[in-house]
Amino acid sequence: MWQKLKNNRLAVSGLVIITILVAVALLAPKIVPYEPTSQNILERLQKPSIRHWLGTDELGRDVLSRIIYGARISLSVGFIAVGISLFIGVFFGALAGFYGHWIDSLIMRFVDIMFCFPSFFLILMIIAVLGPNIYNVMIIIGITSWPGIARLVRGEILSVKEREYVYAAKAIGASDLRIIFKHILPNALGPVLVTATLGIADAILVESGLSFLGLGVQPPMPSWGNILTSGKDYIESAWWLTLFPGLAILVTILSYNLIGEGLREVIDPKL
Amino acid sequence: MIMADLLEVKNLTKYYPVEKGVFKQSVGTVKAIDGVDFSIAVKETLGLVGESGCGKTTCGRLIANLLPPTGGQVLFDDEDIYSLRGKHLTAFRKKVQVLFQDPFSSLDPRQSIYDIITEPIRIHRLHNKKDTRTKVEELLGLVGLPNDIVNGYPHQLSGGQRQRIGLARILSLNPRLIIADEPVSSLDISIQAQIINLFKDLQQKYDLSYLFISHDLGVVKHIAHRIAVMYRGKIMELADSEELFARPFHPYTKMLIQSIPSIRTRKNAVLAGLEKDELPVPVKGCAFYARCAKAEDRCREMVPILEPKGEKHFVCCWNPE
Repeated sequence: MWQKLKNNRLAVSGLVIITILVAVALLAPKIVPYEPTSQNILERLQKPSIRHWLGTDELGRDVLSRIIYGARISLSVGFIAVGISLFIGVFFGALAGFYGHWIDSLIMRFVDIMFCFPSFFLILMIIAVLGPNIYNVMIIIGITSWPGIARLVRGEILSVKEREYVYAAKAIGASDLRIIFKHILPNALGPVLVTATLGIADAILVESGLSFLGLGVQPPMPSWGNILTSGKDYIESAWWLTLFPGLAILVTILSYNLIGEGLREVIDPKL
Repeated sequence: MIMADLLEVKNLTKYYPVEKGVFKQSVGTVKAIDGVDFSIAVKETLGLVGESGCGKTTCGRLIANLLPPTGGQVLFDDEDIYSLRGKHLTAFRKKVQVLFQDPFSSLDPRQSIYDIITEPIRIHRLHNKKDTRTKVEELLGLVGLPNDIVNGYPHQLSGGQRQRIGLARILSLNPRLIIADEPVSSLDISIQAQIINLFKDLQQKYDLSYLFISHDLGVVKHIAHRIAVMYRGKIMELADSEELFARPFHPYTKMLIQSIPSIRTRKNAVLAGLEKDELPVPVKGCAFYARCAKAEDRCREMVPILEPKGEKHFVCCWNPE
């Protein structure tokens, strides 16, 4: 599988970019040229230069340092939120798919209800009640994005359950557990992995959006979203304040999507 | 040549409820299998023929104990297979094997060929690791595949090769009855012949019995000792293979025989009523009534039963000729 992924150039470039981003995020305190929150009013709103590669903001803070610290937020929001939604989604989806009957109906009707809410506004509302901080954001993105995964897992399991090789396994005397873990789950989880990868991109985007609206990460702590927000007031005079965090979001999401697409191709043994 | 009965099917039925609406009210039943009786002797091949949707596959799966029946009995070695549990069920699974129709979906795409062939051995703990290697080589030789194929995956093989893999896999258990569910319908004609010959060779070698399910009388003719013709979940005619072709009684059997493509004749078969495929299932009377050219009042009112008509020849019709 790894061999095949290596042959997919786009996926590999996505993987390389994400690896670099993760490394940068982990090493942030060691590599930032300035403290992300240290202000220097004398050097406010400076253009990108040798001293400040990506310029400075309205309080004289170094944009590069802030974006590097922002990567920590964005990446961890992506992983943790998707981790939560995967856990809940696979559990309920598998339950519904395997056991069917009223368990299936109950879970799926609940999923339908969840789908009725425009999830971004649901998140907005919950954040407004619970208060904006980064942990709330992760958890809430996680628990509002599981229904899609649950529906996908259920559908996959329902279709895999009826494949002939599952009957074939039953016919040679395989136990239920063997059928579930050896034949159904490995064949059902491929598309889920792909969706999860794409879901990371979504979660990052939602976090950026929330921070942009002031409901996510609170200043002075930097996140890509709130750097954008503070930059929007100066968009005519200081383009670097919005361009670079925007680019960071774009590149990250593009990379995750490339990996997702690459995985999709690798996971389908027929391609 | 033909010995005692290995398998006996008695009045087997399988109904599926038709549910409608949010509350799943039952609005009727689909009679997939409606009172089927037959038997298969040791070393015998019974061909089960019928058009799509007539219940052939359901019948096979019922006999393999992969689906619970609605009613009736299946006796294997004089044991009721639906009452088997635990150890006895495992033992039954070893003796009765299914070869599936579609070689592209009956092998798990994530398992290597080696894992696929050895899975039954691992489940039933038949051999240790070293013996398994030798056994796999033996099985591959049996079905005529090279040894180096085991490192590949199903998608790298052709349809015929996959069907051979499926066969090798079930032969590893030394089964006594193989339920072959349209094993050759998705293969090319030339490969079909090879696989059918392989079936015959294996039967001689291992005293196998087959339930050979197919929609193609032409194929079944080459392998089956006896043939059962099925229509809408019921057996219409049951006779020795040669007898059936020589003296078909049931109008449906005649239709099927006429529809076998032939190089010599250019006449088009008369498949009366085939375009009226969505015919309502008759509530009473003969299942074939709506499509039968010889239907009369009695056929609409009363259900015919499978009755002897000559030696070892059974017909389910009011009006056989």
